[in-house]
Amino acid sequence: MHDSGDVKIPIGPQHPALKEPESFLISLRGEKITASSVRLGYNHRGIEKACEARTYTQDIYLIERVCGICSHSHSTCFVQAVEEIAGLDIPARAKYLRTLIAELERIHSHLLWLGVAGHEIGFDTLLMYTWRDREVVMDILAALTGNRVNYGINTIGGVRRDINAKQKEEVLKAMDILETQTKYYIDLAQNETTLLKRLQGVGVLSHDDAQRLGAVGPTGRASGIDRDTRKDDPYAAYGELDFKVISVNNNDVYGRTLVRLGELMESFNLVRQVIRKLPEGAISVKAPRKIPAGQAVSRYEAPRGEDLHFVRSNGTDKPDRVKVRAPTLANIQSVSKMLEDRYLADMPIVVAAIDPCFSCTDRMVALRDTQNRKKNTVPWETIRLKGIKWYKDKGVDFASLNKKLSASF
Amino acid sequence: MSHPGKIGRLLIKMLFKKPATLNYPADHSGMPAGFRGKLKFNSLNCIGCQMCMRDCPAGAIKIKKTGEKQFEAQIDLARCIYCGQCVDSCPKKALEITADFELAQLDPAKLKVNLNAANKNNP
Amino acid sequence: MLRALFHILIFPGLLFLFVFGFLAEYADRKLYARFQNRVGPPWFQPIADFIKLISKEEIIPEEADSLVFKLMPIFALIASSVAILYIPILGERAVYAFNGDVIVVLYLLTIPTFTYFLGGWYSRSVYSMIGAVRSLTQLFAYEVPLFLCILASAMLADTWSISGIAAFYSRHLGYWFCNIIGFGVALVSLLGKLEKVPFDIPEAETEIVAGSFTEYNGRPLAFFRMSFNIEMITGASLLSAVFLPFGLNLHPAAVFLCYILQIFFIIAAISFLRALFARLRLDQMINLCWKYLAPLAFLQVLFNLILKVVLPR
Repeated sequence: MHDSGDVKIPIGPQHPALKEPESFLISLRGEKITASSVRLGYNHRGIEKACEARTYTQDIYLIERVCGICSHSHSTCFVQAVEEIAGLDIPARAKYLRTLIAELERIHSHLLWLGVAGHEIGFDTLLMYTWRDREVVMDILAALTGNRVNYGINTIGGVRRDINAKQKEEVLKAMDILETQTKYYIDLAQNETTLLKRLQGVGVLSHDDAQRLGAVGPTGRASGIDRDTRKDDPYAAYGELDFKVISVNNNDVYGRTLVRLGELMESFNLVRQVIRKLPEGAISVKAPRKIPAGQAVSRYEAPRGEDLHFVRSNGTDKPDRVKVRAPTLANIQSVSKMLEDRYLADMPIVVAAIDPCFSCTDRMVALRDTQNRKKNTVPWETIRLKGIKWYKDKGVDFASLNKKLSASF
Repeated sequence: MSHPGKIGRLLIKMLFKKPATLNYPADHSGMPAGFRGKLKFNSLNCIGCQMCMRDCPAGAIKIKKTGEKQFEAQIDLARCIYCGQCVDSCPKKALEITADFELAQLDPAKLKVNLNAANKNNP
Repeated sequence: MLRALFHILIFPGLLFLFVFGFLAEYADRKLYARFQNRVGPPWFQPIADFIKLISKEEIIPEEADSLVFKLMPIFALIASSVAILYIPILGERAVYAFNGDVIVVLYLLTIPTFTYFLGGWYSRSVYSMIGAVRSLTQLFAYEVPLFLCILASAMLADTWSISGIAAFYSRHLGYWFCNIIGFGVALVSLLGKLEKVPFDIPEAETEIVAGSFTEYNGRPLAFFRMSFNIEMITGASLLSAVFLPFGLNLHPAAVFLCYILQIFFIIAAISFLRALFARLRLDQMINLCWKYLAPLAFLQVLFNLILKVVLPR
């Protein structure tokens, strides 16, 4: 696959084009990319294992910190799965508040993406303008939930904070400001020549390829795959709200830009509907500490695509197994296909167009050796001893290091 | 109809507007009220049930007994994730969250604080 | 002898260029920030950057050619500093003017691009080699329009000396309009020479880290950055002398003021264009230069030729 005559250049794991570590090995001939391979795993933090040692309440905060940009997505998805196992019926006001924060998060994530896309093609002015507008949403979120990212608004059984009339007015005012700005960005994206030259025809992924490689979210919707978990499998308050699923047939980065800009406009409408239809009532129900045994799969439409959580409980107050499948894992396989036969200069924008979030992606993936038909699962203790031996071979002894570290405190 | 330089008129307009960035730390006005920052502890209400310790995701708070029905809270500001779960878990509303977020210190030992506000014997 | 030393070291030599270079960089960065609705750096930021870089440790990669690595920034600095001695700043006559100095100045302004190429190539890192090759490829695209525009201007003035050109146009101010197309094309080509957006392809931060300058740090990087600033001033001075011949016959203080204003006008135009466009891809840039800029420059040459034949002496 990598021809020996080509120059192999590593993009990553540390590179200014990538906001998070990931390794692309690209073979170049002149300025053209002939082959590329992807390698994941640099952000693996052992979150799924750490969840098993903490109670469900503590896990909400841990799962929220899987990613900074889509933190509410992971937290809500997890809490929905736990509530399904426990058979809790959360009040309608809590569902609407979760939807409100979810759409505000979608707005902030898409504005962030616009800025990052501008930066990757060298258009820093777009970065500064969109991130200045994003501050409007961040201030609203900080006033509503208490933090700009990692909102901590969910609890098992509902939400933790309520919204008062003055905050509702501020949200509506912010939506008006942002709608004017987004209309300007849509106009800019459709009419600025240098932007069009960099975005059109770049990172092409045909409809069949997208379906075969399993693209989700705006990446898939730009190639005509008309799927959105909010419509196909409604959760929270989406079943009662009226909105469109934006899907185009451009198949390239320009299409993905249009899809995200369209979703921004739909989000403004959704926020206004939620504020208008917000029902009265309690914001949470009391949840038991020990969740009965069972398992549940919960799906959520994160800003990047479909987020999947699997939770299995065993009757105690700590979960038995938590599995997170982030949308970027589904989209990353299409990057190699998109980079085929393109220029090196297109690489940053193609990777940025799937809106990668490698913090979400790096989880444990079980590999099965189908040729030998052997299942090779390595137990925890074996990995630990192997790691200690590997470092000892390099001359690093942890026992003495630990003594030195504890002495310095 | 596409033409280059579409953003030009906006650029000239921005030249005469007040900049959107703040000159921090001279200008502090960034954070709204309701922001989750440092904790405040009212030891008069604390009954020592340690529910906050059980629910803390980071193990940052420790309730210690300092006398008959008197407790003090030891918080590790470096470990605390400022989620406010302890505030919700406390049955007697002894904990409160303030908006103080400028907590950086040069000496790591100063990040372990003892909170015992409104303690009868300690002035 | 003392006079020559004064010109080389103080005015319009190194001291003037250093101070003016810092001012120009500050103006450029502040304007760029204000266009984007930000506060921007304080006035001493370029000086602070320079001092910081000079005081840092110099790390040369093992496989890099250490002599070329250290020498290239100095060559870039020297080439762009020498060029200003032939460009008229105070009035119509440069410090050392002779017939044919327009060729010398254009050649001296090409040398920095070669130093970027050699410095990047001999750093032997993948990113710097790609950046170096891009830098040379870009050279073939913008050099021709720039040379043709200056040639057109020189043809109408019937002299090969920049001082002669400035003198001719300041005496026949009406002919200034004939070179408007040339001015526009030369401004865009200057963007290419200074490697600023939309032509900062050799130094594309998001694709190849920092292009030719990936491995540079410490004093060599400080001198390279200084040479960017001086190249900006020298390029702007050249354009101002050839295409903006205003206020060259007044009192010396007024002439200097006019010169400063013209330079700041060109720097403001560069900052504006920097904030206005996205970065082009290399093939798109070569397309742009050969499809639009070069024909416009040819048009300007043709126009001036016809004018020279038609108009009375």
